[in-house]
Amino acid sequence: MSTQGYKETSKRIAPKKGSLSKALWAFVSGGVMGIIGQGLLTMYQQLLGLDAKAAAGPMVITVVFVTALLTGLGIYDKLAQKCGAGLFIPISGFANSLTSCAMEGRSEGPIYGIGSTMFKLAGSVLTYGIAAAYTLGLLRWVVSLL
Amino acid sequence: MKTLHFQSVFVGGCATAAGPMEAQGPLKDKIDKLFDDIYCEEKTYEQAERRLMSEACDHALRAQGLKTSDLDLILGGDLLNQLGTSHYFARDLDIPFIGLYGACSNSTLIAANAAMWLDSGHAERVLGLTSSHNATAERQFRYPNEYGVQKPETTTYTVTGAGAMIFQKEKTPIRLTQATLGRILDWQFTNPNDMGSAMAPAAFDTICRHFENTGTGFDDYDLIVTGDLSKIGRSMLIDLFKQKGMDPHDKLIDCGLLIYDREHQEVFAGGSGCACSAVVTIAYLFDLLRTKALHKIMVVATGALLSTVIVQQKESIPCIAHAVVYEGTVGE
Repeated sequence: MSTQGYKETSKRIAPKKGSLSKALWAFVSGGVMGIIGQGLLTMYQQLLGLDAKAAAGPMVITVVFVTALLTGLGIYDKLAQKCGAGLFIPISGFANSLTSCAMEGRSEGPIYGIGSTMFKLAGSVLTYGIAAAYTLGLLRWVVSLL
Repeated sequence: MKTLHFQSVFVGGCATAAGPMEAQGPLKDKIDKLFDDIYCEEKTYEQAERRLMSEACDHALRAQGLKTSDLDLILGGDLLNQLGTSHYFARDLDIPFIGLYGACSNSTLIAANAAMWLDSGHAERVLGLTSSHNATAERQFRYPNEYGVQKPETTTYTVTGAGAMIFQKEKTPIRLTQATLGRILDWQFTNPNDMGSAMAPAAFDTICRHFENTGTGFDDYDLIVTGDLSKIGRSMLIDLFKQKGMDPHDKLIDCGLLIYDREHQEVFAGGSGCACSAVVTIAYLFDLLRTKALHKIMVVATGALLSTVIVQQKESIPCIAHAVVYEGTVGE
């Protein structure tokens, strides 16, 4: 049989990708994350008397801390399997990638393990995030000169 | 290459060890040593895998009342880079050692090689060892264990376990009669989350060649058991046979579907890994041969020989499958 033949057979057998229920779970859980974030923001504004911009800091820290805690307890990956992009896209996805890599590196010690593997997955996000920020910042400055 | 025929290669003491997920599966009562903790009482996942291999080896030797010095040779293999588990375990045994890598096809690759050593007269008793661990495989081949990535339905769950088999010339209730070694096939599958589909053509090729070489077909075997194609790979294999005008009926089963209960355990398409076929063969199939529930079976362990680095360079996944025929000797 040809490669094409195998591929066609494989296509016929493969389960359908991206079901509606997965999309719904992601939509709802993403929305819930948004509500939690807004709730925390409002709470910090009222509790600490901060403006919205300043309250964003403690809000993000709280989400990152809770994600790291849930990752360490082995709960987060089960939630993420269910919620998909709902948890992956918010800052919780970033926090989980750092924590899970750090946990994985624990057996190789603080230098060769935790320190160097911590950014294994988040490294790309940081590299291109920073590169994009610089590029866009530069563009904005050039445009402002015109 | 021809199918190899062996006159006097027998399966002696065998044992299995497995982790917590397998301890909840349908074969839990047949596995010799179960751990309810993924670390298997050790400090790291790598040590845990070694502990599983050590337990399986220990139980297999004890089952037959042997010491390590009674062995002529050890053949071992696992999934880790540089065969980490096998090599670090075998350093304590003081017996000549050969490491074999066939990814998840290790159990039959090792059995076929052990048979060749015995058949050639260079060894009297050979120990075969293989293992896999869900956490060590995840961290080497996929993502960190606690990383929250959504896994697709086509993915498989690596079995945490180990199997040890002693092959010898002295007669026992199970004989290894034939082996067909696989050739590497690559049909340009690139999805590392669907190994079943990538490996099915390799299993198909090996089984077809074995049938041709020996003039047999599905009717000549009580069961033909693939290693870790799991649900999707098995469906694809059956489809390939039907396209060829052959109907496997219910004779074609897969170890990845036997070791877990997919209805109640979250294992996606089923089990995979070296330990998948090793544990199912030893704990389940050999038992059925000993009790005469089965007389002749073919085990076809399948392996995806991907390199994590080369796959990232946009290359596809080469696959292999080795077939070994076991027969019950009771009544002979």
